[in-house]
Amino acid sequence: MTVYDVLVIGGGPGGLAAAIAAKKEGARVLLIEREARLGGVLKQCIHDGFGLLKFGERLSGPEYAERYEEEFHELSIEYKLQTFVTSVRKTEDIFHVYAVNDKGIREYQTKTMILATGCRERTAKQVFIHGTRPAGVFTAGTAQYFVNIMGQMPARRCVILGSGDIGLIMARRLTLEGAKVLGVYEAKPAPSGLARNLVQCLEDYDIPLYLSHTVTRVFGAGRLTGVEIAGVEGNMKPVPGTERQVECDTLILSVGLIPENEMAESLGVPLDPATKGPFCDNQFMTEAEGVFSCGNSVHVHDLADYVSESGETAGKAAASYKKKKRNRIPIQTDASLQYLVPQRLDADSDLSSVILYFRSREILEEGILTVTVDGRTVFAKKYRNLKPPEMKRLKIDFERAGLTGESRIRVCIAKGGDTR
Amino acid sequence: MTRKRLEGRLRKKLNRRFGEAVNVTVEGKIVRVSGTLSCWDDIIEACSMCVTRIPGVHVVNDIILEGADIPRMRIPGFTDHALEGRTPDVLIIGGGISGSSIARELGRWKVDVLLAEKEADLALQASGRNDGEVHPGVDLGRGTLKQRYVVRGNRMFDKVCKELDVPFRRCGQYVGFTGKAALPVVRLYVWHRKYICGIKDTRIISGRELKKREPKLNPRFQFAMYNPSAGCVCPYGLTIAYAENAAENGAQISLNTAVLDMELQNGRIKAVKTNRGTVYPKLVINAAGVFAEDVAAMAQDRFYSIHPRRGTNSILDKKAGSLVKSISSIKTLAKNTSHTKGGGILHTVHHNLLVGPDAVETYEKENFATNQSSVDAVFKKQKQTAEELSEKDIITYFTGVRAATFEEDFIIGRGRRTRNLIHCAGIQSPGLTTAPAVAEDVAKLAVHMLGGEGKIERNTEFSPVRKGIPRVRELPLKERDRLIRENPDYGIIVCRCEEISKGEIIDALKSPIPVPTVDGIKKRVRPGMGRCQGGFCMPLVTQIISEYTGKAIEDVKKSGEDGVISFGRTKEVQP
Repeated sequence: MTVYDVLVIGGGPGGLAAAIAAKKEGARVLLIEREARLGGVLKQCIHDGFGLLKFGERLSGPEYAERYEEEFHELSIEYKLQTFVTSVRKTEDIFHVYAVNDKGIREYQTKTMILATGCRERTAKQVFIHGTRPAGVFTAGTAQYFVNIMGQMPARRCVILGSGDIGLIMARRLTLEGAKVLGVYEAKPAPSGLARNLVQCLEDYDIPLYLSHTVTRVFGAGRLTGVEIAGVEGNMKPVPGTERQVECDTLILSVGLIPENEMAESLGVPLDPATKGPFCDNQFMTEAEGVFSCGNSVHVHDLADYVSESGETAGKAAASYKKKKRNRIPIQTDASLQYLVPQRLDADSDLSSVILYFRSREILEEGILTVTVDGRTVFAKKYRNLKPPEMKRLKIDFERAGLTGESRIRVCIAKGGDTR
Repeated sequence: MTRKRLEGRLRKKLNRRFGEAVNVTVEGKIVRVSGTLSCWDDIIEACSMCVTRIPGVHVVNDIILEGADIPRMRIPGFTDHALEGRTPDVLIIGGGISGSSIARELGRWKVDVLLAEKEADLALQASGRNDGEVHPGVDLGRGTLKQRYVVRGNRMFDKVCKELDVPFRRCGQYVGFTGKAALPVVRLYVWHRKYICGIKDTRIISGRELKKREPKLNPRFQFAMYNPSAGCVCPYGLTIAYAENAAENGAQISLNTAVLDMELQNGRIKAVKTNRGTVYPKLVINAAGVFAEDVAAMAQDRFYSIHPRRGTNSILDKKAGSLVKSISSIKTLAKNTSHTKGGGILHTVHHNLLVGPDAVETYEKENFATNQSSVDAVFKKQKQTAEELSEKDIITYFTGVRAATFEEDFIIGRGRRTRNLIHCAGIQSPGLTTAPAVAEDVAKLAVHMLGGEGKIERNTEFSPVRKGIPRVRELPLKERDRLIRENPDYGIIVCRCEEISKGEIIDALKSPIPVPTVDGIKKRVRPGMGRCQGGFCMPLVTQIISEYTGKAIEDVKKSGEDGVISFGRTKEVQP
């Protein structure tokens, strides 16, 4: 049986970039995708704004995916579509991947795996919306699939809960298709989506945004007939007495994304509670030998371009993977960061241009991020307008930081212009 | 006690509590409570005060709830003549676990069975909205019908589930106690249940033994009552399986069929009016759940009342499944005011956890809306059973309504005034457990009432075996591979969370009682039951239904006729 060097699970932007990078390094690569077409969620993202960083152009999701697919096919990378990985087990240094498709169930063997399994949407029940169970309650991605892939209208009069990017984009999309979007309600005191989407999707279409408000109940037996809106206080709990009903036939939820890591968990890969993705090093290898991860299964990105970037890093690293004793240095953060990826540095790897991705926990008009090694500041950067919804990316040369296996690396953000 | 004395005594009791607002009369075996009150809980209290222990005597609630608009039974929004003039031997009203199991048992005889279910699918009310526990029957008082049937019903489950190809797991039940002081009382209780009530295998295990078996339960549990015969089953899965087997053996299962009225002649039901035509059955079986009282009234045989009681369960992600492998709960010795044991944690046949249910009295028989307060109350209690239990693992929650009588027992038997009627009423917990046994007895009674064995022939072609839809994900690799080679659709995974293939979905569409809606498919083969709750697969399932049935996408519904998913093609929909 063929033993692949790299087996990529997932054919979205992360997986495609990973497979391409691995192949370019000369690895024997197989990519497994559960849907009938490559591209992942980009297939349904027909709005533009993709590729600004990567290609310096404003592409639609399908166009962005196409660039990678073309390169993927040019490199003649092996792939399986509509193939679903049911289980993975490891013996010695080989992963046995069992996958099912319309031909049957087959085992594939590989030395490394890259999990590019993306993320899923939080549901109405996960944000504790109560009431009946009518039709007409959709997550934003599901509604987007109906409109953009199936050409079907799931809404006429619609309330959107959550100001995540897909929710904002769906507000505009449904408006353009003739639906009335009554408003976007956000439980937090600040919007969750990118600033550009707030302007281009809501303001330009006069769609009101209600902060510190949430949906608590849905009504209707067959189809949704209305929702109950309530004000929210600091503890994110609805305030009794503030409830009012809004008549609508559709509720769209954009209340967060959760990295999909069920397969990683089955392989015993430890997850970071802050990202809900695996702890990774700067090569995007997880804590499990030979298991890499990239894209939205590591942490939820705001831009596809960064997803591809992480895929590239993971693909390249997996292609040159050798089993050895790891010398990993954890990067510690404090409460000023929501999270930071990677969470570890591989001390034996090239550390001259380590890319860090992070999100601030709070909204800061001015903040300074500092990286210290054993108390010495090795890097500092001033930021204006740090916001949790906007992921930040940094490139740092750790080669000159004089790292040893015992080094303590800390990253934190201080408010204001104070560098200490 | 004479009728007069009983009446006087009850009246005095009521008078003390409610003054002149409530009155009671005793008419034969009916204790009728009447008057007007403004609070539903008071009505429950008044009627409960009038419960006697005299066998066969039931409380009928005629108290008017002031200022409340009690919702009428929801009925299908259409009429047709599909059943007009039909003359079945037996008309079963209700497609829950009772009606479906009775229909199946009647298949053993050459009788023409028509089952009318008002909803768009089977098991849409109490039978589909419970935790699926197969009770050991340890908590039931001796002498009740519940107790009489529970032991027999429990024993039948292995056979019935095997015949009907329904997953069933005898996972055992643990009731933990934190205080050693309770041990003598519990010992006595267990002894009584074991030797007097016939729960032969119930026993007490030590805290240490419990820890070995269920390591994540409350470490403060000193000992536990253990019932190895307790089990779990998918309650709607079993109901559907029973109904399918009934259909395979000749019963007609008519969905979207509501009984609206009856015409009686000489103490017999002559005609039953439905929204799909009038039928003329020889015998009627009332298995109408929360509406059993309403059906009894139509049949002029209302001698009991149903007081609906809501219960909410939460379903947890399979990832939390390892927390509890059985059915576990905590018992506090404080007197339990509700009529259930206050819920528990149950590891389902599909390896999720179910947490609940609670118990709240209501006059709304079909209000299945959930409330956060119920979820919170249940979690607060069950965190004492297992500390690690977390609301974060909840993937969904649901509410069911129990069809309780004031006596809190089943009513199974012939009509009192109406001669061609059988009641199977007041069926609440452990109604799922008792169903196989009750169905046998009701079927026998029905045959007897139709003229007995002399007149009714056995159905020699009856097959008790139903072949379910293959659960492809559970098959050994080789078997799964073979199946896919026969039918490639079994290899196309549609629901990623539950690993459900297109082939299984199409099988559900081809099943004996197909319900081509998203929920109908979900109940039969589980796409959408997982952690993403159908976010990914719902559009795909809609497309498969559309392709298979030839209906436009916008005509595929979530559940009933009003469950519109899409309003039509983009560019063509008028806002």
